[in-house]
Amino acid sequence: MMAKNLFQKVWDAHAVRVLANGQTQLLIGTHLIHEVTSPQAFGMLRDLGMKVKYPERTFATVDHIVPTDQREQPFSDPLADAMIKELAKNVEEFGITYFDLSTGKQGIVHVVGPEQGITQPGTTIACGDSHTATHGAFGAIAFGIGTTQVRDVLATQTIALGKLKVRRINVEGSLRPGVYAKDVALHIIALLGAKGGIGYAYEYGGSLFDSFSMEERMTVCNMAIEGGARCGYVNPDQKTFDYLKGRPYAPSDDDWESVVDKWQSIASDPDCAYDDIVNISAEDIAPTVTWGVSPDQGFSIEGKIPDPMEQTDENERLSIQEAISYMKLEPGQPIKGTKIDVAFLGSCTNGRLSDFREVAKYIKGHKVSPGVKAIAVPGSQIVDAIAKQEGLDKIFNDAGFEWRAAGCSMCLAMNPDKLVGDQLCASSSNRNFKGRQGSPTGRTILMSPVMVAAAAVSGKVSDAREIFQFDAV
Amino acid sequence: MISKRQFFMSLEKVRKINGRSVYVPGNDMDTDRIIPARFMKCVTFDGLGEYLFYDVRKDLDGNDKNHPLNEPRYFGASVLISNANFGCGSSREHAPQALYRYGFRAVIAESFAEIFFGNCCALGMPCVVATQESIKSLAELINAVPETEVSIDVVNSEVCAGDLKFAVDIPSGAKKSLMNGKWDPIAELQEAEEPIAHLVTELGYLKRN
Repeated sequence: MMAKNLFQKVWDAHAVRVLANGQTQLLIGTHLIHEVTSPQAFGMLRDLGMKVKYPERTFATVDHIVPTDQREQPFSDPLADAMIKELAKNVEEFGITYFDLSTGKQGIVHVVGPEQGITQPGTTIACGDSHTATHGAFGAIAFGIGTTQVRDVLATQTIALGKLKVRRINVEGSLRPGVYAKDVALHIIALLGAKGGIGYAYEYGGSLFDSFSMEERMTVCNMAIEGGARCGYVNPDQKTFDYLKGRPYAPSDDDWESVVDKWQSIASDPDCAYDDIVNISAEDIAPTVTWGVSPDQGFSIEGKIPDPMEQTDENERLSIQEAISYMKLEPGQPIKGTKIDVAFLGSCTNGRLSDFREVAKYIKGHKVSPGVKAIAVPGSQIVDAIAKQEGLDKIFNDAGFEWRAAGCSMCLAMNPDKLVGDQLCASSSNRNFKGRQGSPTGRTILMSPVMVAAAAVSGKVSDAREIFQFDAV
Repeated sequence: MISKRQFFMSLEKVRKINGRSVYVPGNDMDTDRIIPARFMKCVTFDGLGEYLFYDVRKDLDGNDKNHPLNEPRYFGASVLISNANFGCGSSREHAPQALYRYGFRAVIAESFAEIFFGNCCALGMPCVVATQESIKSLAELINAVPETEVSIDVVNSEVCAGDLKFAVDIPSGAKKSLMNGKWDPIAELQEAEEPIAHLVTELGYLKRN
């Protein structure tokens, strides 16, 4: 039999048929929904007199608009309140499982799926959210869709899609102390560009990914879309299976052995072909930060702001000019030392338990710099609960962070957590677009959670290795 | 409410788009810029056109800033021209909805982010890919003579404007859907009810809970 990669195997298994236009009708095994991109889809469904075909295969939660401080309903924002009511109405009417605020299981949809064991290897997963790629960490083909496609999944459990090519990204070796999965994600995006992945699924592999925890794999897959790749994945292995075992929606113990056999079989065959291969050495990756308004405008913490005049491509020159003017930075200026106003820890990229545990190790005994507003926002109510059992909330509070309740928070500012004016935010989130964090002139520098903590305590963009004590490896 | 039959019969065959155009320069035009997140606090897409490119078009007091869409000479444009990686970032269909409701019926750019491309296609709004040189020539022409009519021939993958004529790329799946009036796939997807049911069971999805 011809050797195949995981993407090809999962695609072939889920292909219902070829449509008249040549696209594939692809079965979506698992559908996740949230309050922002689903209401119009339910509206279209009603207009067409259709029903949700497989309600047991759709799971809902609320994340984008929920406040992370005031949690009682009605919310003070009437628009947000209307959206959450609309979601409640829709899931009730169509019989969809809903992890709402009262369940203790609510959270960012990409944190909830894995946490509940809904995210499984070899499946197709879609959600009206571009960071659905996160679930690829489990060896699933997971991608974001628009609202019309949300309707298609609700009505038929399928969508029309053209097949992607597959680029294997090998990262060999181990990371230097103070370098994290987030740096790997930012490094890959800076290397291949924000549009480098258009038309591709990214398969992340090599010894670094083998050694990564599931949460580290999620961080990298999460940002596949920032590199233009609609999905990214890691082949499933024993870590994947161990993570899932015993979770509420994972297969039962009786079925476990046979399911794991099946999961193992969907990993890429050793001699399979790829459309492209990129090799990266883990030792070459530095703590990485962005300096512009696109996630590929990033470099090592030692980097200096590029000079647009040195660019030969006119569009590229304009992009740099626009970025540094928006960011209020000067060509040649080192990024290190840039004063920050806000520090944000959280999001579907870095709002998991391991992120808070890692930061907690370093911020003990440190204080957030005066004048810096620092918030730590768990990705789910479960992350929040476990963090509190471990006393992490206290460590953060003592250091001067505000420990908040679960939600998307300041990643996209559809809730009260927003930048004000041209505040500069050191952020563990995934996008540094103009206005992304809620103020039309707000500025974002993306970095790892530990680098966010270093910025918070020093009041400026810093190399965490110069602020905290790292163990030599 | 329209009937299902009326809905599917009503899909227009998108073969040619003719109209005036406007060039909004820049690479990596993300969907947050096309429609800032705060305007997504809504349960319908109605009214989104008003907020298209809001934060780059308006200052903090709501007054017009220097932006092509604010220039009267481009008013009424139905073809948007931009550069590489247009529509990147968030999957929000609110972005193509805002473009459509503002009055755009097609986008010409150097490349498109995939989710955005699919979302536009599902609205019957073609996204066609042109080379950097073609975009540059077209932009120069439009900026000099804004009333130039731009014609996008979806069937023949060609753009004409004044004396300018160049080939564009439209992926075959999107092209067929648009020209045959099948850009909303729901009817065709529904036809496969039985094979879907078979596959859902075979892959064990109904056992997982």
